[in-house]
Amino acid sequence: MIATKHAFNLLLNGEQKEVYARGSDTLLNVLRGQLGLTGAKPACENGDCDACTVLVAGKPMKSCLILAQEMANCAVTTIEGLHNTPMQQAFIQKGAVQCGYCTPAFILNSHALVTLHPDASDEFIDDWLASNLCRCTSYQEIKEAVKAVLAGEFVQA
Amino acid sequence: MISCDFDYYRPTSLIQALQLHQDLSSQGKNPIYYSGGTEIITMARGNQMTTGAVIDVKGIPECNVHEISDGKLFIGATVTLNQIEEANYFPLLSKTSRGIADHTSRNHITLGGNICGKIKYREAILPFLLSDSQVKIVALNGEKTVSLQSVFDGMLQLHQGELLTQIITEDQYLTLPFVSLRKVKQVYIDYPLMTVAALKKNQQIRAAFSGICEFPFRSNRIEDALNNTNAAIENRIEHALSQLPAPILNDQQGSAQYRQFVLRNTLYETFQALEEYK
Repeated sequence: MIATKHAFNLLLNGEQKEVYARGSDTLLNVLRGQLGLTGAKPACENGDCDACTVLVAGKPMKSCLILAQEMANCAVTTIEGLHNTPMQQAFIQKGAVQCGYCTPAFILNSHALVTLHPDASDEFIDDWLASNLCRCTSYQEIKEAVKAVLAGEFVQA
Repeated sequence: MISCDFDYYRPTSLIQALQLHQDLSSQGKNPIYYSGGTEIITMARGNQMTTGAVIDVKGIPECNVHEISDGKLFIGATVTLNQIEEANYFPLLSKTSRGIADHTSRNHITLGGNICGKIKYREAILPFLLSDSQVKIVALNGEKTVSLQSVFDGMLQLHQGELLTQIITEDQYLTLPFVSLRKVKQVYIDYPLMTVAALKKNQQIRAAFSGICEFPFRSNRIEDALNNTNAAIENRIEHALSQLPAPILNDQQGSAQYRQFVLRNTLYETFQALEEYK
């Protein structure tokens, strides 16, 4: 059987994009394979590691667990859509990066956290960050970066 | 990558969804209703299920209801677990569902998806079993609102083409004393060893369990044992442990013996939390 692809619009990083996808194509596959946006990383592709995190209407979501067609007319933000945000600066300054594979996802999750919950408690931060895995174990530095942004140490460049 | 191909449909009304299901079934597409999609995508990727079509019900207004009205809490099947926690209309439900998966997953996972899923835990059902909730189920031949207990036997008993749209809980249950205890063997983000949810109504403890047997359950026999005030707490717990409805799970999350050990301690904890035991 030849799979049928459907065209639909995606509001991606603030720009309207026309994309083509099978019903069973995941958002992760379309972002990387069709749109060339490789910031969302494939790793477990099972919803366990969150290396593929993107923002959908400002909330972190796992692009490996979203069908691309679900996102028709939705606002999706990938790491390529963030520019010099306080969280990106904080990750650099706090050394919250080692190999870097998980970094785009951690930044997006952290960016959503401080945007939606500027008064987040320690427990709240831990709950959000526990979604993402970092095999280099940079967790402490990542949490410091989040707390630094919440404390206002970094501003949008 | 998902190796099988299926078509994606997103109806905007119940009648569209039900009609689609019937039409696609008659075409041999074996359609399935799709909500958060986490389990369906995971299983499809692992070739553990195949379908010719998914019918995404997130665009149906009745499935997105989340409000208290006329003394009842209405939660639509496509409301996500994080939306439930943020609104916090039903603290026992918020606490219990917060133990499911991780925070980002809970932006995907919906109430209906968790309750109707294949995974054996399905913790979100526990608070509704304890609160005599009702479920609204629609089919092409009509709609019914029935007690959850009457259609739950280890899992929600839905007939071909039927769709769970809402769960309805009387507001008197939303503020009762409760406890929800999630036990894991090692790390916080993991499948649980077990979840025990309990509430107290008219001085009687109601308890429901996930992760003990192959299915979540609430048992009258266990509650009778727990509420037997003629016996000492220790004896009530031992009697309750002898009334489980099926063999205790024995898997990589924990052996049956270990689970029984943890359950015994968790029941003590439950009594303590509900101020039955110091």
